[in-house]
Amino acid sequence: MKTKKHWYDYLWIASTLYLLLGFINILFAWLGLLCFFIPLIISIVKGNKAYCNKYCGRGKLFNLLGNKLGLSIKRECPTILRRQWFRYSFLIFFLTMFGNMIFVTYMVFGGSRELVNVVKLLWTINFPWNFSYNNSISPWIAQFAFGFYSVMLTSTVLGIITMIFFKPRTWCVYCPMGTMTQAICKVKNHGKE
Amino acid sequence: MKVKKRAIIPKNQCVACGVCVKVCPRNAISIISGVYAKVDDSLCVGCGLCAKACPASIIKMEGDVQ
Ligand code: SF4
Ligand code: SF4
Ligand code: SF4
Repeated sequence: MKTKKHWYDYLWIASTLYLLLGFINILFAWLGLLCFFIPLIISIVKGNKAYCNKYCGRGKLFNLLGNKLGLSIKRECPTILRRQWFRYSFLIFFLTMFGNMIFVTYMVFGGSRELVNVVKLLWTINFPWNFSYNNSISPWIAQFAFGFYSVMLTSTVLGIITMIFFKPRTWCVYCPMGTMTQAICKVKNHGKE
Repeated sequence: MKVKKRAIIPKNQCVACGVCVKVCPRNAISIISGVYAKVDDSLCVGCGLCAKACPASIIKMEGDVQ
């Protein structure tokens, strides 16, 4: 449907910029916390998924790549992706990796571990990332940035792969933030629906 | 006898992403409490655009005999 464009229809630009800025200075990765806290706050305070439904730049980016640029072959998604157990397992996996990242940051903060300047893709492949980091800041701040950027890049890559093979926004079916905000809404609005 | 098609969304499989809401030309779908999408039968014209777009591929088009 042709409707009026809203300011938030352009948020895919922010998502793209975020990924690019990581190449320039890894510290920009900290901005990614916005995509972590905003959806949570909206779902906790308002009890809805307005973040997914309206604002999320990543969803828009996949829509743009898949629908406008025609990069998607739009097959039906495998049923496993939408199964509750799969979505929640993926969420738990993601949160575990997130916790691990915080722990590593903490160890670097405490001095019991050296800063590792790599971006880890798909939790296994290491990319040396020295070019976007200068040594002038506290190592733990950089460590968190590397960890967070790895999470964002990995999820974008997974999202792009499923965007290509299945419907453009297939990432949204198993996106941990989407699953988490929906779960919060379920708890918060229990009995109200 | 007329067969009217309409979209059916299984509530417990919906991920509430809102993709269907955006494509519906009749504004017939809304996300209820951030949990699932619901079709307003009185607005739905059975065009099937939502079923095509749903990333979870859960929307079925059903014909009602009226
Ligand atoms: S499910 Fe994830 S990627 Fe999709 S709109 Fe929600 S937060 Fe964004
Ligand atoms: S079938 Fe068409 S009119 Fe009905 S809910 Fe889906 S998109 Fe809207
Ligand atoms: S597009 Fe599919 S999964 Fe997303 S809200 Fe609509 S029915 Fe639910």
